[in-house]
Amino acid sequence: MSYAKAQSKNVVWDWLTTVDHKKVGILYLAGGAFFFALGGIEAVLMRIQLMFPDLAIVQAQTFNELLTLHGTTMIFLAAMPLLFGFMNFIIPLQIGARDVAFPFLNALGFWLFFFGGLLLYVSLFTGGAPDAGWTAYVPLSSNSPGQGLDYYVLGLQVSGLGTLIGGINFLVTIINMRAPGMSMMRMPLFTWSSFVASMLILFAFPALTIGLLLLMLERLFGATYFAVDFGGNVIIWQHLFWIFGHPEVYILILPAFGIFSEVIPTFAKKRLFGYSAMVFATLIIGFLGFMVWAHHMFTVGMGPVANAIFAVATMAIAVPTGIKIFNWLLTLWGGRIQFTTANLFALGFLPSFVMGGVTGVMLATSAANYQFHDTYFVVAHFHYVIIGGVVLGIFAAAFYWWPKMFGYRLSETLGKWFFWLFLIGFHMTFFVQHFLGLMGMPRRVASFLPGQGLDAMNFISTLGAFLMSIAFIIFLIAIFASTKNRDNVQDPWDGRTLEWTVPTPVPEYNFAQTPLVRDLDPYWYEKHEGDGKIKAAEPLGEIHMPNATILPVTISAGLIVASFGFIYHILPLIIGGFIITFGAMFVRSVKEDHGYHIPVEDIKRDKEEGK
Amino acid sequence: MADHQAVEKQTLPPNPEKATLDGRNKYLGFWFFLGGETVLFGSLFGTYLGLRGGVVDGPGPADLFHLDLVFIMTMILLTSSLTSVFAVINMKRGNYKGLLMWMWATVALGIAFLGFEIYEFYEYYHAGLGFTTSAFASSFYTLVGTHGAHVAFGVAWITVLLIRYRNTGLTLTNAPKFNTAVLYWHFIDVVWVFIFTVVYLLGIGG
Amino acid sequence: MSSHQDPSAPLQGAPSKNTERKLKNETRTQLISFILMIFITSMAFISIGSDAVPNGFAIPFILMLAGVQVVLQLYFFMHMNEKGTGWINVMIWSGLFVAALTVGALMFLIGEVKY
Ligand code: HEM
Ligand SMILES: [Cu+2]
Repeated sequence: MSYAKAQSKNVVWDWLTTVDHKKVGILYLAGGAFFFALGGIEAVLMRIQLMFPDLAIVQAQTFNELLTLHGTTMIFLAAMPLLFGFMNFIIPLQIGARDVAFPFLNALGFWLFFFGGLLLYVSLFTGGAPDAGWTAYVPLSSNSPGQGLDYYVLGLQVSGLGTLIGGINFLVTIINMRAPGMSMMRMPLFTWSSFVASMLILFAFPALTIGLLLLMLERLFGATYFAVDFGGNVIIWQHLFWIFGHPEVYILILPAFGIFSEVIPTFAKKRLFGYSAMVFATLIIGFLGFMVWAHHMFTVGMGPVANAIFAVATMAIAVPTGIKIFNWLLTLWGGRIQFTTANLFALGFLPSFVMGGVTGVMLATSAANYQFHDTYFVVAHFHYVIIGGVVLGIFAAAFYWWPKMFGYRLSETLGKWFFWLFLIGFHMTFFVQHFLGLMGMPRRVASFLPGQGLDAMNFISTLGAFLMSIAFIIFLIAIFASTKNRDNVQDPWDGRTLEWTVPTPVPEYNFAQTPLVRDLDPYWYEKHEGDGKIKAAEPLGEIHMPNATILPVTISAGLIVASFGFIYHILPLIIGGFIITFGAMFVRSVKEDHGYHIPVEDIKRDKEEGK
Repeated sequence: MADHQAVEKQTLPPNPEKATLDGRNKYLGFWFFLGGETVLFGSLFGTYLGLRGGVVDGPGPADLFHLDLVFIMTMILLTSSLTSVFAVINMKRGNYKGLLMWMWATVALGIAFLGFEIYEFYEYYHAGLGFTTSAFASSFYTLVGTHGAHVAFGVAWITVLLIRYRNTGLTLTNAPKFNTAVLYWHFIDVVWVFIFTVVYLLGIGG
Repeated sequence: MSSHQDPSAPLQGAPSKNTERKLKNETRTQLISFILMIFITSMAFISIGSDAVPNGFAIPFILMLAGVQVVLQLYFFMHMNEKGTGWINVMIWSGLFVAALTVGALMFLIGEVKY
């Protein structure tokens, strides 16, 4: 196939079959945003129900379903895919690569995530969504009637597979595909933190895979791992879930840390303070992330020594995290700070996340945890770290990289409205929840009684949620209202790293010539020590590209068919689904596909056209 | 495909499986996948070890396991590891026939292993150990069955490769494929080492 | 690699003398590690199967043998001892580490005994 032929295709087909990491990145962003909106609607519905005591706007059962869908969606289908979107688009550009290591698997990862998420949502139309919380503790989940939990199990299994594949792809890309001179210790922090997050994915997701497998076999095939009267044990699920679950929260926060480490130096016009300490702290956090899972289980009765060990290990994470906070502060110190929207999100993150960290250390105090556990205090804690950390990070990344990804700059005016309303709304919603929790309001309740001193703070909390929703709508408006800002999109922020050296829109092959990296912050180095242009590491030559293919969609679709077969015990569907999936894998393996070459003339022409 | 290009002859590099960037990517990525699989099996081992006392009124490990059968299965799998090692050595030597032959031997041993495993499960089932009998039963079948499923997948995968590439000769594309399949096969053997030790020997001995 | 190589063309020619010698050595090493594995496995089976060995010794002994055998598999059969396998070592040992934590937790922290 020739270059021209590869480009002249119908748009929908083009997106379904793409293996271009930039397009896959945009798909992740679109998919993640879709689920983020769904999760947000669920959250607002829950907050409306809790606006006043004794309301019955949604019934208790529906409330449980909303709660479960909200948590599951936000963690697996919104936050992670949105981060994956930026990782996909930006990492190859930051390391000077033409492509990712496994373009095919990369696309497959996206489709598995997206179809898995849709499968979860089909449960809404088939008689009840899952209702056992995003943690799906047994025996509540293993005994939950109906098919809701089966959708949870299979939906997460399919999308989790996609995440695992994506993680491996990032690891190999970062190790094998770096441009000449881009040593590990010259990699931008976003790439570094994504690398560590991918390691966590690699080692955390298999535990979830097994947990879900056991739950599926228990629910659908009568296995007895969790059935106490058959010699089973319910704590096993909790361990498997949290051996995955705690690393998962670091899978979310580390890339966000990376985003802030890009945004803050750019807008402080200073090199990141303590680069190697930042890398080291990221690695330590990644390691400790695996040592602390049982802090979610202080109250199940592991015993005082076990509790103490996990308490101390948990508190230890505050040290590398503190190192990071101080490094960001010292990067800002003495800088010429520009208060762009992206930077505002970074600046808003610092105090917000510190508050979440402080409540984290409080929760980690195992004796005190008996008081906090399963109250709104925990809800406040994890929303401070997840919204104050991850979500603010995603918004910072959106404003920062939007010009490169979509070819126009988001309106700064609307952006600032968005930032302030969102920040105020966020603190309004969750700050009061600390006190609700301390006063004894349990989490995951569908209603509360009047006259217990909970009314006012619940009301404030709901108002805050409304404010956040309005803010988010302003963001959506900004996306559509800013499309005319098409000037100054190649390097709008006077950037430091390689992604700002490529033209916008980024050509399919990213770099006409592989760049030669001469220092940390290579673009900044060339701007100030060189002639402002990145040196090339190779002469202009033809470029090898992978072919587009529909097989990723086919493989994922087959698994969805099989999942329905499992949920409703229809053997032909199971077999048919697996035939589709394995058939497509077979085709992929047997039919060699060596891609195509873009001729030099086309690359030269792109260059002349200023692309 | 590379159209309008004459097919050039390629000479054999010392490590044909790692001679191209694609090959190196595949090699590294597959190893990382095995790192993940380690945790996957770790979770299954943990579950089994946590639940192996939960026999209720069903049969327990000491009632069921036979050392002789497990010993034979272990030897078969170990030998299949060696045959796959020979396959790779022949690949690096450029002896494609040798590669194919040793891979077929590996497949044959894999099938023999699976046969014993099916026989074994059948026996246990008739001794009263159904999948749902007890937590021990469920976790035993899940652990050993997942390993068996890996063997079956490995057999199928290698067979597909052998048929697809029966007369293409060694190429820069199929060398990495054979190599990853062999890595996978060794990994299955590694898991089995733990299974025969932790499940069978400990089941009988303590 | 030049982009004009055809990845589907059969590889021609013989390995260099040096490679040939290396492969010969490798065959020998692999055979030796195989024999060692057979020996280790037999020891493990014997120490459990025979009544002469007390279980208090046999159990830690066979666990140790399993460890040795896995290292043999990884470093010889799977070539983790070669140069350029740094990242592979990192990932496999990290995987083993997380797996060990998981096994430990599921054996000892499931509420049957309190520590
Ligand atoms: C210094 C850092 C942190 C410490 C010491 C810490 C500590 C804790 C502890 C002890 C709990 C258990 C509370 C309970 O259920 O009783 C908890 C819950 C939670 N944490 Fe953190 N945490 C930290 C950072 C984070 C980060 C960075 C995230 C996410 C990005 C996060 C997300 C969560 C979530 C989602 C839960 C609730 C899980 C649930 O029960 O549904 N935490 N944290
Ligand atoms: Cu945690």
